[in-house]
Amino acid sequence: MIVVPCPWCGDRNSMEFRAAGESKKRPDVNTATPEQWRTYLYTKSNLADWVTETWYHRAGCRRYFAIERHTVTNEIRTSRLPAAQIRLDESKGS
Amino acid sequence: MDRQVNETSVPSNTRPGKSTAKYPAKYSAFSLIKHGLAKSDWPRAWREHDLKKSYDVVIIGAGIHGLATAYYLATNHGITNIAIVDKGYVGGGGSGRNTSIVRSNYLTPEGVRFYNRSVHLYQDLSADLNFNIMFGQMGHLTLAHNDSSLRTMRWRAEVNKLEGIDSEVIGPDDIKQIVPYMDTSTNTRYPIVGALFHPPGGTVRHDAVNWGYARGADVRGCEIHQNTEVLGITTIGDEVTGVTTNRGQISTKIVVNCTAGWASLINAMVGLKMPIVTHPLQAAVTEPVKKFLNTVVVSGSLHVYVSQTDRGELVFGASTDPYASYSMRGSLEFTEELAGHVLELIPSIAKMRVLRQWAGLCDMTPDFSPIMGFTPVKGYVVDVGWGTYGFKAGPVSGEAMAQLIATQRVPDIISTFDFARFAEGRLVGEKGAAAVGH
Ligand SMILES: Cc1cc2nc3c(=O)[nH]c(=O)nc-3n(C[C@H](O)[C@H](O)[C@H](O)COP(=O)(O)OP(=O)(O)OC[C@H]3O[C@@H](n4cnc5c(N)ncnc54)[C@H](O)[C@@H]3O)c2cc1C
Ligand SMILES: [Zn+2]
Repeated sequence: MIVVPCPWCGDRNSMEFRAAGESKKRPDVNTATPEQWRTYLYTKSNLADWVTETWYHRAGCRRYFAIERHTVTNEIRTSRLPAAQIRLDESKGS
Repeated sequence: MDRQVNETSVPSNTRPGKSTAKYPAKYSAFSLIKHGLAKSDWPRAWREHDLKKSYDVVIIGAGIHGLATAYYLATNHGITNIAIVDKGYVGGGGSGRNTSIVRSNYLTPEGVRFYNRSVHLYQDLSADLNFNIMFGQMGHLTLAHNDSSLRTMRWRAEVNKLEGIDSEVIGPDDIKQIVPYMDTSTNTRYPIVGALFHPPGGTVRHDAVNWGYARGADVRGCEIHQNTEVLGITTIGDEVTGVTTNRGQISTKIVVNCTAGWASLINAMVGLKMPIVTHPLQAAVTEPVKKFLNTVVVSGSLHVYVSQTDRGELVFGASTDPYASYSMRGSLEFTEELAGHVLELIPSIAKMRVLRQWAGLCDMTPDFSPIMGFTPVKGYVVDVGWGTYGFKAGPVSGEAMAQLIATQRVPDIISTFDFARFAEGRLVGEKGAAAVGH
């Protein structure tokens, strides 16, 4: 078992989450070729190292957030809201 | 290192996969009695070697895929100047950790044909390898707990029958006949509404398969190098020139990636990225009891499967851990969930105790199908993406990869499993038959 620190709910059992996989930049849907889009969809770095990935707190706050996790030890060193989410919250003045 | 060489030869036979090479210390009832009476040690099944400067082929990974590829290269194509290198020991990866289910009742015609060839190779493998691999075709039962799974099963049964495979959908009464201890009442959380029954399915003794291939490859002149870690792959332009290991540099023109869960790390050495995510998969085994379960039972909805070994232990497995990881630690969640689900199926085993649990690494692909064949890097070929179903595929993969390497052409039987299919949008779509029932 690993304990995942949700930026909203604190430390929770990983079973409450869905691991959405490694974070990567989404190509522009208007200009991406089918090959580029498929590469984005399927290709993975799958590193044995520190990785930045997206998790979803399915059985909790139902928010997406980013963590840095080591895929060999499962140690987690940072947990934060995705940049887009932070910008959204700031613009609401919260 | 020294081993006793016994000059008995295997009777010649022209079946593919069978060779006339001489087996030192051939296993037989006679050799069993001889060693039993003399209380002498068995000779080692394969040798150790110094690493040579160069090989025709370097295979990375001494699991079933690497070993079978070497074995068929030597047996079917006469290529024997091969090094199989492994950072650990023979069968230390998924090949020594799996639950050894063998079946061919897949969903896509190409999948069915491919795995069926493996079932056929398995049927003759004990004789071919002179090693009892204990292939028990006790039958394979995939349970449906709802209409949508039943629909997929009917579809699978039809595809299977078209390919000439024994596979049919049966109802709860028939299931009860086959597994009397199963709770087929409607009084459960997820009542059983039917099952896909596949009589040729079963299990093998995975260690025996690994060791048999290792011994068969060794005796034909291939070199197995354990504790030999690949640290890099050297290339000039787009062409492979060699492999860097912790024991030194090897030059070669052909490198084969057979590292399953570690496949992405080897791909990265030649700058390739593939659609592979490494997930741990756990399994557990109970104390042995008298034989009562004569088929492999799988439930996709309950994320669990179970079979009973010849020794009487129940072997359990589930779906992969829900996040990517290279860690091979077991978890309590796994055992708890597993126990709960197994007891829903077979309540009477509640008092049995789990002896052991373990995990292995699985190289999952988005279409639950392997990635086999050539790559954009010349001389670098892959046999990866084996996910949770690669043990049964070992023999056919070894045979096909050997043919590919020897002829430099892609055999038909693996042509849809090419790497280019992802960029070209030709995914295989085997999920419906491979997600839990490995
Ligand atoms: C718990 C569990 C249950 C399973 N159940 C089934 C089942 O019932 N039926 C089925 O068909 N399949 C099953 N599988 C899947 C199956 O075990 C694998 O797909 C299969 O064993 C893969 O074999 P392989 O030879 O490709 O790789 P592996 O056996 O994993 O071997 C890869 C080898 O590569 C070596 N390696 C890695 N990196 C390096 C390096 N840098 N240098 C040198 N060597 C390296 C490793 O040490 C390892 O020995 C299961 C897997 C698990 C974990
Ligand atoms: Zn939360």
